[in-house]
Amino acid sequence: MNKKIRLLLIILIALALIVAINQYLGTLHIDILNPKGIIATKEYNLLIFTTLLGFIVVIPVFVIAILIAWRYREGNTKARYTPDASDNRLAETIWWTIPIALIMVLSVVTWNSTHELDPHKPLASSVKPITIKVIALDWKWLFIYPEQDIATVNLVEFPSNTPVNFEITADAPMNSFWIPQLGGQIYAMAGMTTKLHLNATENGDYRGASANISGEGFAGMKFTARATSQADFNTWVKKVKQVPHHLTDSTYAVLAAPSKNNPVAFYASTPDDLYDTILMKYMMPHPSTTDSNAHEMDEMNHMNMEAH
Amino acid sequence: MNIFANILGKLSLDAIPHEMVTLGAGIGMTLGALGLVALVTYLKRWTWLWREWITSLDPKRIGVMYIIVAVVMMLRGFADVIMMRLQQATSVGNSHGVFTADTFQQVFSAHGTIMIFFVAMGLMFGIMNLVIPLQIGARDVAFPFLNSVSFWLFFAGMIIINLPMILGEFSAAGWLAYPPLSEIQFSPGVGVDYWIWSLQLSGIGSLLSGINFIVTILKMRAPGMTLMKMPVFSWSVLISMIMVIFAFPILTVTLTLLYLDRTMGMHFFTAGDGGNMMMYINLIWAWGHPEVYILVLPAFGIFSEVVATFSRKRLFGYRSMIWALSAIAFFSFIVWLHHFFTMGAGAHVNAFFGIMTMVIGIPTGVKIFNWLFTMFRGRIKFNSPMIWFMGFVFLFTLGGMTGVMLAVPGIDYQVHNSLFLVAHFHTMIISGVVFGFFAGLTYWFPKVFGFTLHEGLGKIAAWLWSIGFVLAFGPLFVLGLMGATRRLDHYVDPSWQPLFIVAGVGAAIIGLGVTCQLLQLFISVRQRKQHLDTTGDPWNGRTLEWSTVSPAPFYNYAVIPTVTHRDEFWEMKRAKASNVEPQYVDIHLPKNTGAGIIIACFAFLVGFAAVWHIPWLAIIGTVGAIIVTIRRLTTDDTEYTITADEIRILEQQHVKGHTA
Repeated sequence: MNKKIRLLLIILIALALIVAINQYLGTLHIDILNPKGIIATKEYNLLIFTTLLGFIVVIPVFVIAILIAWRYREGNTKARYTPDASDNRLAETIWWTIPIALIMVLSVVTWNSTHELDPHKPLASSVKPITIKVIALDWKWLFIYPEQDIATVNLVEFPSNTPVNFEITADAPMNSFWIPQLGGQIYAMAGMTTKLHLNATENGDYRGASANISGEGFAGMKFTARATSQADFNTWVKKVKQVPHHLTDSTYAVLAAPSKNNPVAFYASTPDDLYDTILMKYMMPHPSTTDSNAHEMDEMNHMNMEAH
Repeated sequence: MNIFANILGKLSLDAIPHEMVTLGAGIGMTLGALGLVALVTYLKRWTWLWREWITSLDPKRIGVMYIIVAVVMMLRGFADVIMMRLQQATSVGNSHGVFTADTFQQVFSAHGTIMIFFVAMGLMFGIMNLVIPLQIGARDVAFPFLNSVSFWLFFAGMIIINLPMILGEFSAAGWLAYPPLSEIQFSPGVGVDYWIWSLQLSGIGSLLSGINFIVTILKMRAPGMTLMKMPVFSWSVLISMIMVIFAFPILTVTLTLLYLDRTMGMHFFTAGDGGNMMMYINLIWAWGHPEVYILVLPAFGIFSEVVATFSRKRLFGYRSMIWALSAIAFFSFIVWLHHFFTMGAGAHVNAFFGIMTMVIGIPTGVKIFNWLFTMFRGRIKFNSPMIWFMGFVFLFTLGGMTGVMLAVPGIDYQVHNSLFLVAHFHTMIISGVVFGFFAGLTYWFPKVFGFTLHEGLGKIAAWLWSIGFVLAFGPLFVLGLMGATRRLDHYVDPSWQPLFIVAGVGAAIIGLGVTCQLLQLFISVRQRKQHLDTTGDPWNGRTLEWSTVSPAPFYNYAVIPTVTHRDEFWEMKRAKASNVEPQYVDIHLPKNTGAGIIIACFAFLVGFAAVWHIPWLAIIGTVGAIIVTIRRLTTDDTEYTITADEIRILEQQHVKGHTA
């Protein structure tokens, strides 16, 4: 009787603990479990599905482990003891087969979902997509809106229920562009363009960050992703068009210099093809070891920009 | 003055760290080392240290030295943990914590590097050295001198990774130093060079050890021990070392290319100028992924021995276990891309590597079931190695589940580079590798030292580690899902703070576990008379190593046993071997040599010179190492003989010593 009460008590405490932890977790803002975009929602579903599938193996393992450890403890002399048993074809077939079957199911899901969620894949929609070019700098994010001819720092605004085509590069070490509530991340690398296609289903401010270490100011490389209605977006663009700052080659050079925890900034205009110039800078082989060559390179860049 | 500057390369008085924390740690470390030197001098133990340990080619001694270094490095790595937890528990909102961003980044870079290369690898090579020759019924490894070189190169690497505390700075680019961040443009200091040369030296040591143990296991097994009669731990080491010789050359080459980029202005991995950082990331993981399996396979081997012994039952599904080990080894070479699904590869590529990763889960799952069914209908004694094993089963299974989640690219896009990932791989490495090695250390300790470790403290330590682990890493899983990326020296959202504090408490509980282990060692040594292992077989063991006396004599076996069974010693005990007077023969053993440490000293000079750009020193180091190697290789007089009569006397002393 005493033993039973103790066992009951342990179970009760465990349950109370689980409820308490659950209650606490409920008060937290868990971005990935609270998706606000088409892609993030699909990724969330995948996460839940895989977790449940995992439980099919994990729970039996836990139960079997506890039962066997308890039953065949040294003190329990009533339990059978077969010191020479070492093979059982049936048993082994079972536990080779079950994981293989589960992994086969998951493989099909993986193959399909990986193609569906390919960050490069444009999202089908009746709404015309908006293109935003993203440049990871030391240590802030520059967003260029080629159609609107505006630029922002550490804040990216776009209409909700509209596919957003991010084209991403870096003028800095490698970073990772991530807005957890809207969808998974992709690396931002100098000399290369990676693409990310997202679509916010709800208006709101979402946290964005760099997920990959890029140097001293990396922790402050945060930005806000703001999804609004199309009308609000249009008003916002008009407002940005009126700010007194313009992104030029010289203001870009200042901006690109390393700086930490940059505030949000807006630029009413951008040089044509700034994004491509930044991209090309890394593609052309040039001996940067001597100053004169570096200088030449700068001039070339300058000419490139003016030519466009 | 100018000449002086040139002679010393980049080295100057400015190299002394300015940061108080680093300086303090550096001074502490230096004082500790000086104290040790003073102690040895005071006790007049230098000759003893040189003769009995430093120049020893006995794998058991080399193994003990590996483990001592690994344990000291574990304390260093754990000090890094405390600093990280302190920073992340306090650095929120307007507060910026205790350390600067740069210090914090150096700390986590050092933590990862040290824990993998100098703790996990050190414990692994240590246990292998202690156990493998004994377990396969051999007297030594195949190349005893090479073994000494391996250890001392590992030691030299360890010195180099600790030098930044007193000279210069360490890398702040993470434990794998991705370019372009680790290139000279973004990391102009000597930190990354320290990282490169520390790994370069210890990595070459690992490669040499790999060759050594493959040959040892293939060529030196006792007569009758066919591969399919070989204990599973030996199997796991064989497979792991085969992986070493495939994987480590990749590391050596990758580090060399990065060093050429940094010093010679080359462009293998630079951003631009034809360089491609993605090549580095592929190469480093082509080594890095197999590396984690190199560590975990021997731990699996240890668990196989421990579970069978303490369940007093044959290992269930021996053949399955070997196949599973081989399958894991094979697949671990074709999954490296899952470390960077987010680098923009096409869907076909990502899906392929995702599926290959999940496939590894199958043989791993089979192993878990086989261990559990080894316990089924056994008579399980829950000694501390079994407590470590039970902790492993629960944590590793959960970790495996999160691993399968991360293997799905669609999920990985969301949780990659987040604390969810950090929590996942710590689950695998701590519960798999670390718990496994602790179980192994407790299990084989009496074989090397002649007395068992204090059981009570061992069990408490295992419990504290397991509970502390859940508290330390549970919150990190949640934080990852909340969008917390790894390596943050500061964050804005105050709702993250309580979770970071809980993680800190968890780390503190693990710290208590570590304290218990140190206390366990101390008390066990003091009470060794009570824990003396007089039979040579304290656990009712199954494999050969338990058939010789404890501590195992320097020649391991007076007479090399002949093997007829998989669980040879278990069967010998059953058959109640007849008391025939053994036929002793002369034994040839390698003479001690100082060449190993001297070569490593020269190698250290090369590494140091490469870090600080001192060409003449590099030349001295290279030439010196080559000369000593050639001299050693041209010496014929490397062995000595113990005659059969001497063996008889020694063996009789053992018998007397234990019956007295």
